[in-house]
Amino acid sequence: MSALLEVKNLSVEIPTRRHLLVPVDDVSFDIAPGEILGVVGESGAGKSLTGAAVIGLLEPPGRIGGGEIRLEGKRIDNLKYRELRRIRGAAIGMIFQDPLTSLNPLYTIGRQLSETLRTHQPLSETAAKARAIELLDEVGIPAASERIGQYPHQFSGGMRQRVVIALALANNPKLIIADEPTTALDVSVQAQIINLLKRLAADNGAAIMLISHDMGVIAETCDRVAVMYAGRIVEIGAVRNVVQAPNHPYTQGLMASIPRLGKDDARLAHIKGSMPRPTDIPQGCAFHPRCPKRFEPCDQKRPELMKGDSSQAACWLLQREADQ
Amino acid sequence: MTDQQAHIPHQSLGSRMVDGIRRFAGSDLLYSFVRQPVVVVAFLITVIFILAAIFAPLVAPHDPFNPASLSLMDSFFPPSWVEGGDARFLLGTDNQGRDIFSTIIYGARISLMVGFAAVVFSIALGVLVGLISGFVGGWFDALLMRFADIQLTIPGLLIALLVDGIARTALPSDMREEIAIYVVIFAIGISNWPQYARVARSGAMSEKVKDYVASARIIGTPSWVILLRHVLPNILGPVLVLGTIGLALAITSEATLSFLGVGVPPTTPSLGTLIRIGNDFLFSGEWWITLFPSGALVVLVLAVNLLGDWLRDALNPKLR
Amino acid sequence: MSDAPLLEVKNLSKIFDLTEAAWLAALTGRSRLLLPAVDGVSFSIPKGKTFGLVGESGSGKSTVARMTVGLMQPSNGSITFDGKPVSAPGGGRGIGRGRLQMIFQDPFASLNPRWRVVDIIGEALLRKGMRDSLARAKRAGELLDQVGLVAVDGEKFPHEFSGGQRQRISIARALASEPEFLVCDEPTSALDVSVQAQILNLMKDLQDELGLTYLFISHNLAVIAHVSDVVGVMYLGRLVEVAEKKQLFKAPQHPYTRMLLDAIPRLDMTTRERSHVVGEVANPMSRPPGCHYHPRCPFANKRCKSEDPKLKGAANFAAACHGVEEGRLPAWAAAAE
Repeated sequence: MSALLEVKNLSVEIPTRRHLLVPVDDVSFDIAPGEILGVVGESGAGKSLTGAAVIGLLEPPGRIGGGEIRLEGKRIDNLKYRELRRIRGAAIGMIFQDPLTSLNPLYTIGRQLSETLRTHQPLSETAAKARAIELLDEVGIPAASERIGQYPHQFSGGMRQRVVIALALANNPKLIIADEPTTALDVSVQAQIINLLKRLAADNGAAIMLISHDMGVIAETCDRVAVMYAGRIVEIGAVRNVVQAPNHPYTQGLMASIPRLGKDDARLAHIKGSMPRPTDIPQGCAFHPRCPKRFEPCDQKRPELMKGDSSQAACWLLQREADQ
Repeated sequence: MTDQQAHIPHQSLGSRMVDGIRRFAGSDLLYSFVRQPVVVVAFLITVIFILAAIFAPLVAPHDPFNPASLSLMDSFFPPSWVEGGDARFLLGTDNQGRDIFSTIIYGARISLMVGFAAVVFSIALGVLVGLISGFVGGWFDALLMRFADIQLTIPGLLIALLVDGIARTALPSDMREEIAIYVVIFAIGISNWPQYARVARSGAMSEKVKDYVASARIIGTPSWVILLRHVLPNILGPVLVLGTIGLALAITSEATLSFLGVGVPPTTPSLGTLIRIGNDFLFSGEWWITLFPSGALVVLVLAVNLLGDWLRDALNPKLR
Repeated sequence: MSDAPLLEVKNLSKIFDLTEAAWLAALTGRSRLLLPAVDGVSFSIPKGKTFGLVGESGSGKSTVARMTVGLMQPSNGSITFDGKPVSAPGGGRGIGRGRLQMIFQDPFASLNPRWRVVDIIGEALLRKGMRDSLARAKRAGELLDQVGLVAVDGEKFPHEFSGGQRQRISIARALASEPEFLVCDEPTSALDVSVQAQILNLMKDLQDELGLTYLFISHNLAVIAHVSDVVGVMYLGRLVEVAEKKQLFKAPQHPYTRMLLDAIPRLDMTTRERSHVVGEVANPMSRPPGCHYHPRCPFANKRCKSEDPKLKGAANFAAACHGVEEGRLPAWAAAAE
């Protein structure tokens, strides 16, 4: 199966007064149709910027510094604004953290949905309305035909996020980029949205790139996961493998530091220190100052992704194991 | 960690100031300043005006208000580069033989002083009212703010004229000359306080619900200390920006009042008074008497305004 | 006597008056807009223990926190600390100043951006009565050391620190008052997981070292499960279940607690169907009558829709649910980890 989205050696640059920041540095991954790829990382890891770069929504002065992004084999990182806009509503759908900012408070839900539909499809007004009701139904909004005339503020937080998902789905996109779609929601609603996303990927065959800081959400939703640290992917592989047998010391530390029900330890394992600011990313492996397993190449040479027993990880330990 | 690190004494005030200067030198504010030549020029002009005003007796070639040094023989000299001009009087002289260049320096001194004093008065009153209003809230806030709203519906200059008029009739005539300048300061100051009150109030309202204020309360900090030491420093930025723009406004207000003849008295003329005096001679050919003070006023107000605009933009994170 | 609770909250209620221009409404006799944020909450915390309060948005858990430290006055009920009523911020009047302190959620808003760290911590010391500024600076350095920072950090401003470090500064400031009781309102919710673990460990260490008692508030059940001895679950202003931690997570009684447990994403179960998770928290302005949870509850009957359930049960576990009382709820089938 060929990949739907291919990202190769992508980097994002932000020129500032004193430095040229590279918050996303040489990132490569791909997503197959119907697959959900999780991108997980702590704040400052570059996961949201990676998502923004894929859909061409980097905020200036941020810009793509290098690499390629291909959707169904066609490059989309160097498109002109108009072409990009066409791809954005039609081939790629977006879901953001805060449903309020993604909806226009002045228009009814129905109008926003039909406008999105009619921008990209030759539909009559009535046909668009019918399709809008169908979409709302699909994302689990009860009494869709009545609610279509309501404004965003008349919906609860969870229902609003469902509307945003309906908007993202409107033109049957091949790829959906969801940036922290459940972070602003209560746990009970979060669980419902996760189920919805999973169902959509299964039913519509859309590929989903799910960006989240919450390993639990990723573990429940995704097929594969990419763990980011200081602008780079440090580990990528099947969710089950990465969660249960992580190869990279950062992923190991991250997993151990998550409090879990039923695990009754007095202390949590933790990684000392915190993620470096993009202004002073350490040489070599960016994680080495915090790494309990570092050895001599770590502060000198930057490791690339290497094949481990269950996943790929950018860590010199794998090299050492392979050599032995 | 060594013992030495654990017991570092409190830094002295001096080293904190050095630290502060270092911070400023590396700050974004300074960076945005030096990158805009117009702002640098405006800043230099303002500084020159202020220095000249402070050191007027040293800078001015003549003392135009010392009757002993004046001679009617010197009256109506045109600027020195014009035919008939006198090298002693760079920008010419007026009907009483006063050197225009010197009167401008002394005039700017009055204008700046009145402007500064009026703005300081406005800020003090406005910030006090706004801070308490926003912090206390309730009916107290409603009352003060409705009062400010009512005043804002009346043009500031009208209020200044009104206050000025009342003061003049209420005060004994022999005191008028003496305290006229304070009346002008009060009149301009009182006409502008609501703007500062509004900015201070909205600042106080957004700061008071922040957790650092809650934390200070839990520690047991008295309300007035919270107000002065916690809330006030955090709302001062926008107030000072408004104050810079307000300075230009106050200088123009003073000039307007003086031009209308209700401002500072002709014995200690401001730029506005000079313009009015010169106005009488405009059509009889002595254009320099009014034109140079007018030019000085325009340059001064423009420079201060540009500085204020830059400061507003530089401190506004939304525009960065 | 070690059995007497350090903090006792009895029948605590808070009603917010959301009427705009209240004085106008009073004059015209217009009806007021009232929001009961906390409704008859009772619990007690023994010395040296941690009481975890968990709930979704609108549950009123933060309001309970603010009333406990005296930042808000209760509309009804009482809070007693060491046998004396909490009446003013920090218990200023009723009890020794500074014995209750609070740690806030947002590490950016809880430190004054214009103050140096040494002054932020020093303020608490000053209020405690330490007049000598050199002594304050020295003590501030010790406190920074205690929370895992270094004394020289005192000369910096809050914006020079990361979120986790700022939370450490907040803890140092709270400790400066030498408190016995800390109210922690979502102290790790704004932090990354690896940093959250550091802060949770630090708080655990400080509890062991200083014998602190915690009221720990969070929306995250896993965090609550990690830190608490006893857990209270709140829904729309009411306490719906209180139980010892082990009891609560092994055999949750209230259907809401069960739903919450069911809803949290598990790392180890990648394909799981959730049976109970339906609906959303109702708008606090129009809470359902009877048991507030009844519209979402699969076991609700007629009684649930009209009659308020009371918190009933044994000493170490209690639930406010008619179904539990009548014994008509199925046994909890614990999801295997």
